Amino acid sequence: MTSADKNRIKDKAFEYVGMACTFFGLFMLVIFLGDILMTGIEKIDMDFLSNFPSSRARKAGIYPAWTGTLWILGLTAIIAIPIGIAAGIYFEEYAKKSKMANFLEINLANLAGVPSIIYGLLGLQIFVRTLNFGTSLLSGACTLALLILPVIIVSTREALKAVPDSIRQASYGMGANTWQTIWHQVLPASAGGIITGIILAISRAIGETAPLIVVGAATFITNVPDSPMSDYTVLPMQIYSWIGMPDKEFAKSAAAGIIVLLLITFVLNGIAVFLRNRWQKKVKW
Amino acid sequence: MEKLSIKEKKLEAINLNVFYGAKQVLKDVNIAIKANTVTAFIGPSGCGKSTFLRTFNRMNDYVEGFRKEGDIIVDGKDIYQKMIRVEELRKKIGMVFQKPNPFPKSIFENVAYGLKIQGIKNKKLIEETVEKSLKQSALWDEVKDDLKKSALSLSGGQQQRLCIARALALEPSILLMDEPASALDPISTAKIEDLIWELKQKYTIVIVTHNMQQAGRISDNTAFFYMGDLVEYDETKKIFTNPEKERTQNYITGRFG
Repeated sequence: MTSADKNRIKDKAFEYVGMACTFFGLFMLVIFLGDILMTGIEKIDMDFLSNFPSSRARKAGIYPAWTGTLWILGLTAIIAIPIGIAAGIYFEEYAKKSKMANFLEINLANLAGVPSIIYGLLGLQIFVRTLNFGTSLLSGACTLALLILPVIIVSTREALKAVPDSIRQASYGMGANTWQTIWHQVLPASAGGIITGIILAISRAIGETAPLIVVGAATFITNVPDSPMSDYTVLPMQIYSWIGMPDKEFAKSAAAGIIVLLLITFVLNGIAVFLRNRWQKKVKW
Repeated sequence: MEKLSIKEKKLEAINLNVFYGAKQVLKDVNIAIKANTVTAFIGPSGCGKSTFLRTFNRMNDYVEGFRKEGDIIVDGKDIYQKMIRVEELRKKIGMVFQKPNPFPKSIFENVAYGLKIQGIKNKKLIEETVEKSLKQSALWDEVKDDLKKSALSLSGGQQQRLCIARALALEPSILLMDEPASALDPISTAKIEDLIWELKQKYTIVIVTHNMQQAGRISDNTAFFYMGDLVEYDETKKIFTNPEKERTQNYITGRFG
């Protein structure tokens, strides 16, 4: 056997191993999804979506949980998006060169890797206790906003970086100042990327449970939130509490809850993909 | 070359030294450029000609480590003084870049941008200016029916003429062009050159070029740069037929470059 043959075999072998690894991940996901769907799909109906949790599994629903999840999402977005985008713009367009910016940048990268439970503890101390928001939606949303801020900042910067410098030069060359250049040229050209990053960050926030446990999301609740100061629960919390129940019927409720949670995530990711594609078609350099 | 009186000097550099960090890219450059002329900056890559061009509208301010000694005078004013507002300066000095860089917006919006950032909202005035500028840059006939079309759908040559129109919309008195035709095909290049010839009536034009023939065709005066030195600056005719310095001679005859 020549060395060329050997190399060819190695090449092929890696191709198949790689393929096997890819399918392993997909296969597990399919089994998981199949299992969840088979168990939970029968539970999903209007009653399930409009009922409150109950100690009787047949009557138990996720009304407070999905409304709570949407509330949390909305509030988190309102808090995190403006701050995240503004910080991203500052880093990329204004502070590029300073030592301070370098220092902040390193810490920002670290923040993105901090375990979410730590953010929960931070939120407990700052929002629940010091600012006295209590165990409200506002505390939860502020905590999650902190959690996803680094992600939004980083993705905003990436989107801004993708705008060629020649556009900025052209704008400066015509007498525009930095803000005008950002507002009229850089932001419109990078909007698709920024929005995509935001949606992905928010869809990460949906699944977070740990920090919300710490800042006081309830597991059993008998009213739907109606203001940022309401008590609340969210879907992952509800699912988690059902899984621990001895009655097997609750396992079905949990599976159904997972389906709803996955649907919300898929819809958000779908929007992100759609926007990205649309943006890429519109802007070609 | 004739001595210019103070009034005739449109642009002037006095004992200019430019550094990027520790590296000196321009060495003690002195030049005076007359109004309504075309001046070509020639020289091999890395000789400092583009850097020099960009000192006139302070586009080097964005380059990390940029530092200069000496003065740049535009219309009798030192433009690196603290009182000078760089945005105002750039309205007076249009710039055209090496690669066409239209904004990813419509043709109309590209030309109207300069007025928009000045806060001009008068629709009629904006429309008139857009038309006038596109006519001046000889693009109007090709695009008048689809001003709403994306500027990115134009050909490279059209894009570059759009960038010229965009600069003209601000009614500058000076045009800086940084190798405006180097990314274009010969036909587009010829159109740009014709355009420069016509624009000379109203504007003072400084053009950086790699193309000897181009410099010979379109410029009144030529400055030859080598390794950060302004080696020779004279009438283009003289530079190309009877240069004083041997280095200039060698460069324009293609012995190095």
